[in-house]
Amino acid sequence: MSTLTKQETAQPAVREAGGLSLALAQGGIEFKQFVRTRESLVFTLLFPVMLMLIFGSIFGSVIITPPGEIPAVTLSQYFVTGMIASGIMATGFQNLAITIPIERDRGVLKRYRGTPMPKWVFFAGKILCVAALAFIAIVLLLGVAVALYDLRLPDTGQKWFTFGWVSVLGLIACTLCGIAFSGVAKTGRSGPAVVTPIALILQFTSGVFFEYSDLPHWMQQFAALFPLKWMCQGLRSVFLPESFASQEVAGSYELGRVALVLAAWCVGGLILCLVGFRWTTKREG
Amino acid sequence: MVPGVTHEELAISVSGLRKSYADNVAVAGVDLAVPRGEVFALLGPNGAGKTTTVEILEGFRTRDSGQVSVLGIDPARADRDWRRRVGIVLQGTGEFDELKVHEVVRHFARFYPNPADPDEVIERVGLTEKANSRTHTLSGGQKRRLDVALGIVNQPEVLFLDEPTTGFDPAARREFWDLIRQLSHTGTTILLTTHYLDEAEALADRVGVIARGTMIAVSTPAELGGRHLATATVSWREEGGPRSEDTDRPTEVVQRLAASFGGEVPELTVTRPTLEDVYLKMIGENGQEPA
Repeated sequence: MSTLTKQETAQPAVREAGGLSLALAQGGIEFKQFVRTRESLVFTLLFPVMLMLIFGSIFGSVIITPPGEIPAVTLSQYFVTGMIASGIMATGFQNLAITIPIERDRGVLKRYRGTPMPKWVFFAGKILCVAALAFIAIVLLLGVAVALYDLRLPDTGQKWFTFGWVSVLGLIACTLCGIAFSGVAKTGRSGPAVVTPIALILQFTSGVFFEYSDLPHWMQQFAALFPLKWMCQGLRSVFLPESFASQEVAGSYELGRVALVLAAWCVGGLILCLVGFRWTTKREG
Repeated sequence: MVPGVTHEELAISVSGLRKSYADNVAVAGVDLAVPRGEVFALLGPNGAGKTTTVEILEGFRTRDSGQVSVLGIDPARADRDWRRRVGIVLQGTGEFDELKVHEVVRHFARFYPNPADPDEVIERVGLTEKANSRTHTLSGGQKRRLDVALGIVNQPEVLFLDEPTTGFDPAARREFWDLIRQLSHTGTTILLTTHYLDEAEALADRVGVIARGTMIAVSTPAELGGRHLATATVSWREEGGPRSEDTDRPTEVVQRLAASFGGEVPELTVTRPTLEDVYLKMIGENGQEPA
C-alpha cells in the first residue's frame, strides 16, 4: 500500500548519481560556498597577493645573488616562489583546517553522514574545490609577479612539468594535512587560533619571508621536516635561474628529495585523515 | 512488544538498550517496538536519554549493550542501502551558510536513487518563498523546516525527528503537524521526540515516556498512565479553607457533599488529569525535574 502510493507520487527529478559525478557535484557545492563567503575569499585568495605587494614594495630591488652574477635575482622574485607555496598551503591546509571544524559545529558533516553519500565523495569534493582555488591563487600571484617584479614564466616544458608536480604534490599533502588537522580544533571557534600560528611558523622557517639559506642551521633542520620548505625549494627551481641553485643550502635544488618528502607527506596525511577525521563533535560521542 | 504484531512488521525494535558515557548512564535498558506505519512519540525531560536513544537508532552512536533493529538491520552496521531508506532530522539546526535553500535540497536529493522532486519537498515544508534565499538568512523555524526537507527528500520508510518543532511559532507548528500526518498517511513510520505534550497528543499513535534512561510508560496518548481510568479530584471550600478528595466515584462524593452542605457546595470542581498532569506525575515519581 505504502510503496504503491510512493511510486505513484514519486517524480524522480534528480536521479541518483554515480560516485564520480557526485564528487564533482560535491566539489561544485563546496566551491560555491567558498566564493560566496567574502571573508574566505579575501583571506585565502587575496592575502598572499597583498603580502607579496607589501614585501615587494619594501624589498623590491634588493639583489640577493653575489655581486656581478648574471642573471641577478631580486628578493621579490625569491619571495614570489615562497608566496605561491604559501598560497597552496593557505587554500589546502589553513582553509580546510579552519572551515571543517566550523562545518562540524554547525552539523553539516553529521547531516552528510546521515545520507548514503560515500565518505570519499566528501573528501573528493574538498580536494576538487581546493584545487580550483589553488589554481586561481597561483594565477593571481603569477600575474602580479610577472607584471610588477619581472618574474619570468617557465620557458621550458621541463620547468612547467616541475611546476606542475611540485604544485600538485604540495597541494595534495597540504589538503590531506588540513583535513586531518581539522580534528585538532575542538570547536570551530578555536580553529584559527590553532592553525594560524602553525602556518606562520612554517612560513618564517621555510624560506617564505626570508632567504632559507640565511636562516640558522637548527631552523633549517626544523623546516626541512615539513612540506612547505620543499615546496618553496621546488618552485625556486622553476622560477629562479639554474645558476641560483648554487645559493641553496645543498648547492642544488634537490628535486628528487622534494618529490620524496612531498610524497611522504601525502601518504602520512592520508593515514592521519583516515585515523583522525571526526564527523561529529566530541560532545556528541 | 506490541500485541498482535510479528517481528517482520516492526519498523523499529529495541530491547535492553544501554549506553553510558564516562560519568553517567544515559540509557539504562530501553525496550521499544514500533510497527510499520506508526507514529511514535518519545516524551521525556532534557537528559532523559531521548536523543541518545534516537541517535543509536540512526546509526550515529554506538551502544554498550542491547538489541537494536531498524528496518531489519542493526544501525551500528548501517550500509548505504539502509541509509537510502531512512530519513533523519537531527536535533538542532544544520547551517549551510551561503548556499540557497533549493541548492541544498537539490544536492541532498542527488544522494538517493528515488528522491522526491526537490521543489515539491520545499513546497511541502512551506519554504517555496525562501527557495532562492541563502540558508543563513532563514529564521530559526525556517532552518528547521529545511532540516525536515532534507529528512524527507529521500521518501524514507522510517523517519526520525528529534525535537522537530523547536523554534516554530504556533501556526508553523500546526502546518508541520499536517505534514507529518500526510507522511504518516503514505505509510511512513515516524519516531519523534518532543517536549510538547500537545504535539505528542496531536500526532502520535502511541507515546513512550522516558526518564533517567528507562522507558517508564508506553501507551496511547489517551490512556497514558491510566489517564482514562484515573481518579478524579473533587475540590470545594469549607470553613478552614479549600479541601479536595481523590476518588474513583466523584458523583458519590458530590452527592455526599451536597447532602452535608444542604445544597450548593462552595467552589465545587471535579477534574481529571490532563496528559500534562499524568506526565509530570510520572516524571516526578522518577525523581527527575520536568524540563
